[in-house]
Amino acid sequence: METVDLNNVPEKIKKIPANDFQPLDTSTTKERERIATPSLSFLQDSWRRLKKNKAAVISLVFLGIIIFISIITIWVSPHDPTQQNVAYINLPPRIPFLDSINGFNGTANVAGKMVDKYAQANVPDNVNFYLGTDGLGRDVLSRLFMGTRISLLIAFIAALLDITIGVTYGLISGLLGGRVDTVMQRVLEVLSGIPNLVVMILMLTVFDPGILSIVLAMVITNWISMARIVRAQTLKLKDQEFVLAAQTLGESRLKIAIKHILPNISSVIIVQMMFSIPSAIFFEAFLSFIGLGLRPPTASLGTLLNEGYKTFRFLPYLMWIPAVTLSVVMICFNLLADGLRDAFDPKMKE
Amino acid sequence: MTMEKVLEVKDLQISFDTFAGKVNAIRGVSFELFKGETLAIVGESGSGKSVTTRSIMRLLSSNANIDNGEILFKGEDIVHKTEKQMQTIRGKEIAMIFQDPMTSLDPTMPIGKQVAESLIKHNKVSKKEGLDQALELLKLVGIPNAEKRLKNYPHQFSGGQRQRIVIAIALICYPEVLIADEPTTALDVTIQAQILELLKDLQQKISTSIIFITHDLGVVANVADRVAVMYGGRLVEVGTSEEIFYNPQHPYTWGLLGSMPTMEGTEDKLYAIPGSPPDLLDPPKGDAFYPRNEFAMKIDAEEAPPYFEVSPTHKAATWLLAPQAPKITPPAEIVRRWAIYAERHNTTAGGVK
Amino acid sequence: MIITLWLIATITFFLMQLLPGTPYTNQEKLSPETIAMLNKQSGLDKPVIVQYGIYLKNLLVGDFGISFQFKNQPVAKLLVGRIGPSVQLGAQAIVFGTLVGILLGIIAAMRQNTWVDTLATLMAILGRSIPNFVFAVLLQYIFAMKLKVLPIAMWNGFAYTILPTIALAMSPMADSARFIRTEMVEVLHSDYVELARAKGLSRWQVAVRHGLRNSLIPLITLLGPLAVGLMTGSLVVENIFAIPGIGEQFVKSIMTNDYPTIMAVTILYSALLVFVILIVDLLYGLIDPRIRVSGGAKG
Repeated sequence: METVDLNNVPEKIKKIPANDFQPLDTSTTKERERIATPSLSFLQDSWRRLKKNKAAVISLVFLGIIIFISIITIWVSPHDPTQQNVAYINLPPRIPFLDSINGFNGTANVAGKMVDKYAQANVPDNVNFYLGTDGLGRDVLSRLFMGTRISLLIAFIAALLDITIGVTYGLISGLLGGRVDTVMQRVLEVLSGIPNLVVMILMLTVFDPGILSIVLAMVITNWISMARIVRAQTLKLKDQEFVLAAQTLGESRLKIAIKHILPNISSVIIVQMMFSIPSAIFFEAFLSFIGLGLRPPTASLGTLLNEGYKTFRFLPYLMWIPAVTLSVVMICFNLLADGLRDAFDPKMKE
Repeated sequence: MTMEKVLEVKDLQISFDTFAGKVNAIRGVSFELFKGETLAIVGESGSGKSVTTRSIMRLLSSNANIDNGEILFKGEDIVHKTEKQMQTIRGKEIAMIFQDPMTSLDPTMPIGKQVAESLIKHNKVSKKEGLDQALELLKLVGIPNAEKRLKNYPHQFSGGQRQRIVIAIALICYPEVLIADEPTTALDVTIQAQILELLKDLQQKISTSIIFITHDLGVVANVADRVAVMYGGRLVEVGTSEEIFYNPQHPYTWGLLGSMPTMEGTEDKLYAIPGSPPDLLDPPKGDAFYPRNEFAMKIDAEEAPPYFEVSPTHKAATWLLAPQAPKITPPAEIVRRWAIYAERHNTTAGGVK
Repeated sequence: MIITLWLIATITFFLMQLLPGTPYTNQEKLSPETIAMLNKQSGLDKPVIVQYGIYLKNLLVGDFGISFQFKNQPVAKLLVGRIGPSVQLGAQAIVFGTLVGILLGIIAAMRQNTWVDTLATLMAILGRSIPNFVFAVLLQYIFAMKLKVLPIAMWNGFAYTILPTIALAMSPMADSARFIRTEMVEVLHSDYVELARAKGLSRWQVAVRHGLRNSLIPLITLLGPLAVGLMTGSLVVENIFAIPGIGEQFVKSIMTNDYPTIMAVTILYSALLVFVILIVDLLYGLIDPRIRVSGGAKG
C-alpha cells in the first residue's frame, strides 16, 4: 500500500469527489453482525465429518447390505440351512454362471484329477450349492447367512442390554454422587477385576448353552465399561453451568438426566456401542469356536468356524468362508466406530 | 536505537484453506523492525497478529498459504527458504515466546535440558557446556537457586517462573529478533509487571529487537518504542508510542484508546466499539473498520484508504486524513489527548502537523 | 484387591456348585453306594458351607484340590508345569506386539493423513478385527502347510514359538499402534511441541525428544486390558498350536468338566490380572515426573 505525503497529494486522490466524503448513513449493523460461515448443528457437523471419512462410509454401506441380507434370508434363502442330506456331503461350490472356472463348477481335485462331484452324488442339474456343502450335506451359503444373522442378533441384543444397564448405572452413579457414587464405584472396580472371559466361561459351563445364555454372559461382563464411561462423562457435565442452571430452575434430577445430560453424552454412548458390537461378535465366535457357545445345528459364525476347523486340512474353504465373513464384519464395525468417534469429536484437527 | 533495519515485512498476504472456503487472514501487511527497538503490534483477537508472527518464523499450519509478499531478515527473503534453512534461523537468530507458560514447556523433561536444547543444537556445544550456559541464563532471568533447580520439572515452578524459563529458552542463543506473542496475557497483573521489567532489562543486556504482540494498550505504553495497530488483516496505523497515544488518527485507534480506563479522563462512561471484527472469509471492500465506525464516510465502504503520512514516523490508513475529508471532532478522550500532544510539541491541536 | 480375589474365589465356588451332574465318568454305571463313597472321598458329601470353608482354607495354602480329569494329580502340580510355556508365549507376544505397535503408531502420527497413516491405521484395524484364532490358523496355513518354513505346532524349541507369538501379538500390536497414534497426534499439536519447533529443532527431533516420552507414558494404562487380551488369546492359540500351557489345559478342563482345575485357573487368571493392575499403578507413579516428583518450592 502506498503512502500519501500530505504536502504532495497525488492527482488520483485529489480527484475523488467531495461528495464521497459525506457520512455513511445506511444502517451498518447488518454488515457488522454478519457471519459468513454457514452454521451447522452438532449432528450436521458430525455427519459432514463422517462423510469425509471414506472408509467409514464404505463400512456403513457394507454393513447395511450385510444386515439387510441377514434379515431377508429369514424368509428367502437358497436352501434350508439346517437340512441335512447325507448324500450331498462335502460338495464343492457350483455357481451356474461360472461353469468354466474350476472351483466354481462343482468339480474338485481328487488325487490329481478334476472330478465332478455333483454328478457323483447324483445332484439334479437345477440344484446348486453356491458355496458348496459341509460335512452333513448342508448348504454352506445358507448356513453362512444364518450364521451371520445369529451372530449379529446376539451382538445387537447384547449391545442394547449393555447400554441400558451401563448407562443407567453410570448416570445414577455420576448424578447422585457422594457416598452412593463411591459405593457404586467400588463395586465396579471389584467386578472389573474379574476377567470377562473367565466369567463368561463360568456362566456357560453352568448354564445350558444357547442364545439366551450367551447374551446373558456377555451382558454381565460388558456393561461395566459402558457404565464407567457414562459416569466419567456425567461427572464432567455435572459441573458445567448449564446443569447448574437447570437445577436452579427447579428441574428434577431425572429430567436433568434425560433432557440435558443424555443428549450430550449420546455421541460417546453411540461410539462405545459401535465398539462393543464387534467385541460381542468376537466373543461369541470365540466361545463357539472352543465349544462353549452355541451348538449345532444352530449356525453362528463361531460354530461355522468350529466345524470348519475340524476338517481344515482337507477342506480349508469350510473355515475360510466364515473366517473372512467374520473378519469383514468386524473390520466394518471397527472402521465405522472409529469414524464415528472422530466425527463426533469437535476438537479433531481437519 | 539506530535506524538499521533488522526485519522488514513487505506487503504480506496470507490465506487459509478451510472447509468453508479461503480465509484471507493477512491482506497486505508491511512494517519494519529497527535494531534495538521494541515494536508493539496491537489488535483484537482475529486481527491477524499471531498469524503475522508465525509467518516470520514460518511456523504456519499446513493449510496456510503465503500468497504474496516478502519477509526480509538481514536483507534476505525468508519466505522462500527451505524448512532446513529455517531451522538454522529459528531459535538462533529469531526466537519466540508464547502466551501460556503452563503449556509451553515439556512436562517430562527437566528445565535445564530444555533451556540448553537450542544452544546445543545451534552452536554445537557439549551437553555440559550447554547446561552451564543454561544455568547462566536462568540466573539472568531471575530464577532463585538456579543450580539446584536445573533438574526440576516444569510443574515444580509457578506460572511466572515458567514464563521466565521460556524467556531463557528464547534468549540463550542471543537472537537478533525476539517475538513475544502475548507473553503476559496469561499472568497475574503483578507478575505481568515483573516480566515486562525483565524483558526491558534483558533487551539491553542482550541487545535484541523485540516484536511485542498484545491486545492490552496498558502493556504497550510500558514497553513499546513504536506501535502498529492491526485490524482485519491490515495495519491501520503505525507510529511512535507517543504519536499513537497522543496523536491517533484512525477511528479504530480512537476506539481502542477510548475503551481504556484512565484516571485522567473526565468521561464516566467507557467508550466501547460496537460490533465484532470482520469475517475474513469474505472481506469487506473498503476500509474493514467501516461497519463499526461512527465516523464512516461513503468512500470508506467503497475503497480502501492508502496510508496518509502524518509525520516521517507516523502514518494512518484513514480517509479522514484526505484533504477533501470534512473536519470531524473525535471522542472527548481523544480530544484530550490531542491537546496534550499539541502542548508538548507547541503546535495547534488536531489533525496533522 | 484382596476383596476382589476373595470375591472371585467365592463366585467361582458357588457357580461350581450349580454345575449339573457329578464329575465321575460313567455315573450311570455306579451304584448309589459307590457314589456315596466317592462323594465322601472327595468331600462332596459335606454341607455346602463346610465345603466352602475347606475350599478357602485350601486356597490359602495353594491347594487347589485333585483334578477330576487326571484322577491322581493335584491340580496345583498339574498347572505348575504349564506356567512356563504360557508365560514365555505371553511375554514374547507382548514385547513384540507393543514394540511393533509403537513404531507403527509413531510413523502414522508423524505422517498424519497421508497414505502412510492410512496404511498403518489399516494394519492396526486388521489386527484388532481379525480374531486371533483366524490369524493363528492363517499363519499355520501359509507358513507351515504351504511354505513349510516353520513348524505347525508343538513347543520344542524357539522356532516353534514364532508363529504362536505372532498370532498372539496381533492384538497388542493393533491396540498400541492406535493408542500411540492418537496420543502422539495430540502431543504434536501441543504448545510445547510448537515451542520446540520454534527453537529450530527438526520435526523428527521434536517428535523423538518431546513427543515420544509424553505419548508413551499413557500407554502404560493399556497394559491391564492388554494382559486380559493375552489371556483370552492364549486359550485359543495354545490350543491351535498344541502348546502345553495353562490355556490349553483350561480348555480341556472345560470339556471334561474338571471343576477343580477350572476353578483354579479362574482364580489364577484373576489373580494375575489384579497383579498386573497393581504393577501398572506403580509404574505410572514411577515414570511420570509429575507424579514421581512432588511439587517443589514454588514462588
